[in-house]
Amino acid sequence: MSEPILQVANLHVDFQTYGGVVQAVRGVSFDVCAGQTLAIVGESGCGKSVTVQSLMGLIPMPPGRIHQGSAHLRGHDILASKIIDGQDIRGSQISMIFQDPMTSLNPTMNIGSQIAETLEVHKGYSKSDAFARAIELLDMSKIPEAAKRAKQYPFEFSGGMLQRAMIAMAIACEPAILVADEPTTALDVTIQAQILDLLGDLQQETGMAIILITHDLGVVARMADEVMVMYAGEVVERGGVDDIFYRSGHPYTQGLRLAMPTNNQDTEANQTLVAIDGSPPDLFNPPRGCAYHPRCPYAMQVCAEQAPPTRTLGADHQAQCWLHHEMAGALPDGLVSASKVGQ
Amino acid sequence: MKPLVEIQNLVKYFDLGGDQRVHAVDDVSLSINPREIVGLVGESGSGKSTLGKTLLGLHDKTDGNVSFAGQVLPQRYRASDFRAMAPKMQMIFQDPYSSLNPRMTVGEIVGEGLRLQPELSASDVQDRVAHWLQLVGLSPDHRSRYPHEFSGGQRQRIGIARALILQPEFVVCDEPISALDVSVQAQVVNLLGELTQELGLTLLFIAHDLSMVRYISDRMAVMYLGGLVEVGTSAEVFFDPKHPYTQTLIASNPEADPEHERGRQSTTIQGEIPSPVNVPAGCRFANRCPQAMPHCSTTTPALKPVPTISENLQSQRLVACHLFD
Repeated sequence: MSEPILQVANLHVDFQTYGGVVQAVRGVSFDVCAGQTLAIVGESGCGKSVTVQSLMGLIPMPPGRIHQGSAHLRGHDILASKIIDGQDIRGSQISMIFQDPMTSLNPTMNIGSQIAETLEVHKGYSKSDAFARAIELLDMSKIPEAAKRAKQYPFEFSGGMLQRAMIAMAIACEPAILVADEPTTALDVTIQAQILDLLGDLQQETGMAIILITHDLGVVARMADEVMVMYAGEVVERGGVDDIFYRSGHPYTQGLRLAMPTNNQDTEANQTLVAIDGSPPDLFNPPRGCAYHPRCPYAMQVCAEQAPPTRTLGADHQAQCWLHHEMAGALPDGLVSASKVGQ
Repeated sequence: MKPLVEIQNLVKYFDLGGDQRVHAVDDVSLSINPREIVGLVGESGSGKSTLGKTLLGLHDKTDGNVSFAGQVLPQRYRASDFRAMAPKMQMIFQDPYSSLNPRMTVGEIVGEGLRLQPELSASDVQDRVAHWLQLVGLSPDHRSRYPHEFSGGQRQRIGIARALILQPEFVVCDEPISALDVSVQAQVVNLLGELTQELGLTLLFIAHDLSMVRYISDRMAVMYLGGLVEVGTSAEVFFDPKHPYTQTLIASNPEADPEHERGRQSTTIQGEIPSPVNVPAGCRFANRCPQAMPHCSTTTPALKPVPTISENLQSQRLVACHLFD
């Protein structure tokens, strides 16, 4: 595996509100390598978007506050300063596409000019050069008749086409990392497949890393190399995509998988969905111990009292769960133990 | 078996002024048998929700008929028609946030339908509301609370209790889970499944999540640009799709299985669903279809039976495609 280009360690983000302090991200660490896709998975409110927004300086402060942790992009600390070597990291080093392309673009500017603006600001292109490059980028994003489309406004584009335009804008400055925050949640499956293919092709061509935020395990299975599962502001499990799907070590990861129907002709006959009871905890007051214990079918006494340690289950595969402790006894079905790894 | 709901050549256009109109539902025929769950899938803009609402009289029909238990329903509902049909046909809505009145308590929301039964005393209404709240997994004490005090999954349960309290025979579920998180989706789907079994309900389950529709429904109907392109049992349609559009749709559905995903060939089709205002002549899918033939863009294919492996009459397979002429 190549050297990580982005290293995040022990990130804590909270928000001061009238109701109290929301502890949105509580100690998240991860690495991102060039050419790889890291998927961050979790339910709404688990802190996945806040994690990446804080790296890009998109958290309004106040009320937001990064009160602990570090993030290094190629060795430069990006939490202290969003400017590296005189360049803003946003746009030129890390860029982002959002869930709702309709509200992320300026409705009063044509698409080509919005893309060109990025190039003028970050790369010092002249207006006409930038516009010409914008047309090339739209073409790279497989927008038909790019020259004509560049002069159109967002309302003239469909949702799928707008997401392509967003991608064209995001790759304009050849970023090292592309953050895709639920890029296909608002799209239909056939359009989703087109956008995912496009992201994969662009990654092949440019070697950029992708951080993909999603709650759809199907999209994760399709795109990810590495997966990080978040719950209540914490990472509960991380590992290679096969580790997470075939050798999951955390009851929450297992619960997410069992809550979705699988389409396997051989085993589907009497499959029933296993719902995870209850709902995610309130982050004003995260539960003591493991945040998942109120919903966990295997919760033990210790889970409610002490935060679980991180256990290594294999090369690059870790889970935070007391079930992997020596004193926890036999593991429930379907969870992989540290000792079985390598067999 | 006689169908409970029979849709015959149903048409719903929305006038845009001038001679432009949106062809939201165009000549759809579908029979739904008693105690059957029929899944309706398709991309946004294909007319799924309009079909569901037109069935229940929430939209006037432009043409065609809907019959319920042999009785033909009026083309345009009047207040008395709604009163007559509400105890028989109900709807569960997609957005659990906007479909509950924020100024009413949960007890008022769930019990509102019981006003159609004036013989019930106030305490009877209270008892029924409490009973239904319990059935959907909420506490009777929640009666006096307001919708904003509940999470998305709980609100959807309130929506289910409201729809079922009159004990309807037929319920249209319009994307009841797409606004919910994965772990909560399973809760709501399992609840719907249990109640359907217990109460002997018939459901039209509208969704765009193909795996979930396959999981919950007996039969599946695929809609594209206002028309049905394929109908069959869920397993047949999902694992052996006949219509090129269904094939594309199912091939695009990402599977939560990395090995399966690595082995997949790229099957994406280019282009997007055309505007329902200027509907193409002939087969509506012809301009995106990888197997289109010259006459596809001139003659409209009818929804016709194709031979299936199983000789079961219940699982009659219908496909609208010239490839099967």
